[in-house]
Amino acid sequence: MSKLVRLEIDGKPVEVPAGTLVINAAKTVGIEIPAFCYYDGLTLQGACRMCLVEVEKSPKLVTACTLAAAEGMVVRTQTPQVVQARKAMLEFLLTNHPLDCPVCDKGGECELQDLTFRYGLGESRFLETKVHVPEKQWSAVVYYDAPRCILCYRCVRICKEGMGVSALAVVSRAVDSEIAPNMGDHLYCDECGMCIDICPVGALTSQDYRYQTRPWEMKHVGTICTHCADGCTTTLGVYNNRVIRGNNHDRTGLNGEFLCVKGRYAHDFIAHSERLKCPLMRVDGKLVEVSWSQALAEVAARFGGIRSRGGKFGVIGSTRTTNEENWYLQKFAREGLGTGNIDHHRSGDVISLLSALKGRADALAATSDLYERKAALVIGSDLAQQHPLVAFQLRANWRHHESHIYTVTRGPVREDAYSRLRVRAEAGRELAAAKSLRQALQAEPELLILFGDCVRGAAVHELVEFGDSLGIPVRYICLVDYVNSRGAMDMGLTPGLLPGYQPAAAPGLDLAGMLAAADLDALWVVGANPLKNAALAAERAFVVVQDLFLTETAARADIVLPAACAYEKTGTVTNVCGEVQRLSRAVTTMGAKPDLEIFRSLAARMGLDLGEPETDRVYAEMRRQLPVPAAGEAARGVVASAGDTLFTSGTLGRYCGVLRNVREAPGGLYQ
Amino acid sequence: MTFSPELEARFEKLLKSYPEGRESSALVPMLLYAQDEIGAVTPELVEEVARRLRLTPAAVESVVSYYSMLRKHPVGKYHIQICTNISCQLTGGEELFEHACRKLGIGNREVTPDGLFSIEEVECLGACSWAPAIEVNYDYHHKVTPEALDRLIDSLRKLH
Ligand code: SF4
Ligand code: SF4
Ligand code: SF4
Ligand code: FES
Ligand code: FES
Repeated sequence: MSKLVRLEIDGKPVEVPAGTLVINAAKTVGIEIPAFCYYDGLTLQGACRMCLVEVEKSPKLVTACTLAAAEGMVVRTQTPQVVQARKAMLEFLLTNHPLDCPVCDKGGECELQDLTFRYGLGESRFLETKVHVPEKQWSAVVYYDAPRCILCYRCVRICKEGMGVSALAVVSRAVDSEIAPNMGDHLYCDECGMCIDICPVGALTSQDYRYQTRPWEMKHVGTICTHCADGCTTTLGVYNNRVIRGNNHDRTGLNGEFLCVKGRYAHDFIAHSERLKCPLMRVDGKLVEVSWSQALAEVAARFGGIRSRGGKFGVIGSTRTTNEENWYLQKFAREGLGTGNIDHHRSGDVISLLSALKGRADALAATSDLYERKAALVIGSDLAQQHPLVAFQLRANWRHHESHIYTVTRGPVREDAYSRLRVRAEAGRELAAAKSLRQALQAEPELLILFGDCVRGAAVHELVEFGDSLGIPVRYICLVDYVNSRGAMDMGLTPGLLPGYQPAAAPGLDLAGMLAAADLDALWVVGANPLKNAALAAERAFVVVQDLFLTETAARADIVLPAACAYEKTGTVTNVCGEVQRLSRAVTTMGAKPDLEIFRSLAARMGLDLGEPETDRVYAEMRRQLPVPAAGEAARGVVASAGDTLFTSGTLGRYCGVLRNVREAPGGLYQ
Repeated sequence: MTFSPELEARFEKLLKSYPEGRESSALVPMLLYAQDEIGAVTPELVEEVARRLRLTPAAVESVVSYYSMLRKHPVGKYHIQICTNISCQLTGGEELFEHACRKLGIGNREVTPDGLFSIEEVECLGACSWAPAIEVNYDYHHKVTPEALDRLIDSLRKLH
């Protein structure tokens, strides 16, 4: 803690740590100093002059956003001179600002409107014709309207500092100044929309939301992004049962205001025209629409028949369904169908990590560690592409705390630009390469190790041994792919482990084993697409698929049940760091049902009493004592990341128009 | 992009003149020197300087578009910059500018067909005490009359 200094603002005594900016010191005693260019966490710009205040002994007004509080300083924020300066600054900003407010996306949540309302002149003395420049489209998602721009540089800074992309710059001078994209007339960037979100006015607007509605007409639903495993909160703007925007400007959730292109824009799959809204049943070789009751009755009857004659089931779960659904599904499989053949697509070896840690819960990192730990080692992941929030937090940590980053990857990654040491390693040689950093790592006070799917099985044990041998506190993050990849493992969607990684009495087949078993009688696939790249050996098996779309797997099914997506249900999901977060329902799609509801209906029809999902109990127990699965458990099944980029999201990504449309975006791993 | 050995040497010296990690401060002088050699700040030059200073081309473009002395199009061998700001305006700067245009048959920011001369109307050159002032490339000329300007242009032309 740095030493405290005492100063006086508007007659109020204020005590803040030395180095605190006056603008922030004022906040601590409830005094607002208006600002445009100042933004928490970004470098100081001093561009807008909105924050001018009077400081005793200073001959001129001073920008409170660049002035560090000092002992004995006397600041005044309400003097006639300050009030006049604010009026003048706003009048100046408004000289060429169009009177767009009634149609501007930002109307109602615009900082220029708000500050003009509070501090403005009330009357315009400006009679000349305003300079007008036509609006430009920079990419599939980003639009720029220069006349609305107040040149605060927030977008330029968030893109450079926050994202590490540097796609934006200010060009020209005086009345012609405007923001320009890196490719002259278009953007080549992450398409994250952070610049749009941070813009205090409506100068930057996004394809999905522009001219759709007024901010106050929407319902705002905070829920968890359904794409990668990082677990960002996205606040969905819902109008007429339609999601029309995603942002997290209110900084709820562990991501603060960060969202990547997926959390912000890739919600358009919800209303995709190919969305399944009616159950399908195979009749004479063709899938035809049937009623829910007919479809459920058929599944219950066929499952019941196969169970009573001792047939062989296979159950494949999802990395996007909730913990409650996953818990229920494994219980359904194990108790209701009497099978241990249950698995899902595993993308990171969490099981080996837990088994190597031998119950040391404090060696598992939390998302907050990404921003707080003094050093991080990234092994085998292109974070900016695969784990955008993780990349953003590590970068913020480096910017704000000068943390040390080490990368071991098979190709260039964005972290290279600021990592202390970087090693290129061919696939399979990552662990050995990481070990070559021993000397540097040992000198760190503490370390965070993030590893991708290239470190699995025995290599995870070796990695943990290496971490232990460094003699410093080490925490781990096993990188997995999707929103509830972690939860699927926690809830026992694995052949050998029950919820909470407890050993199963009778381990069953893994995913590949099920697909290869020629004698399988029934395959039940929930929210997964295993037949995309693989064949089902049991040609006669009765296949039931619950999904949003007619995927390759669903197309092979005998019964397809239309499922609700994560934005259409409640429940919990668990992110890459094991943090359990709650979904909220934003919209509903007529005809589709949440998977849990489908499970329950089937259970009822089959006369099964499976009880209520016990996810809370499972997590409480895991917190009380971190489970230690047997080392051999991880060997059951395959661990392989799907290798999604910023612009893909498994099968779901194919139905996100926005991800397919951002042609300007780089994408691709290790480029 | 290749530069003359002299320019390369200059760059090298420049890059060493700033504290470590602040090399991008060399941006403006580098652009100016390179412009002198190449004649203009071309897109290739922007790319090259960006690469050397580890900036994005957009960031370099941002600076280029800000400074009027950084030019995207080549000027004449003798670039005549005539001040029409207040002191010079009061002492005949505007007439001088018009006279130059007539004499060379070109307008503001245009180049004579032989590529020898170009004219630019500029703001205060900081030589108000000796207004009207003009600057030909990097050389100042003070209290310039239309006749003196004629003589200057003629003498320069004779060199070729
Ligand atoms: S959308 Fe592109 S330009 Fe805007 S902040 Fe993101 S990366 Fe930068
Ligand atoms: S576009 Fe918006 S964020 Fe960027 S400088 Fe203009 S007003 Fe500021
Ligand atoms: S980083 Fe992951 S969780 Fe966050 S918005 Fe992007 S895809 Fe969603
Ligand atoms: S907020 Fe201080 S100058 Fe913009
Ligand atoms: S006004 Fe011409 S030199 Fe100053």
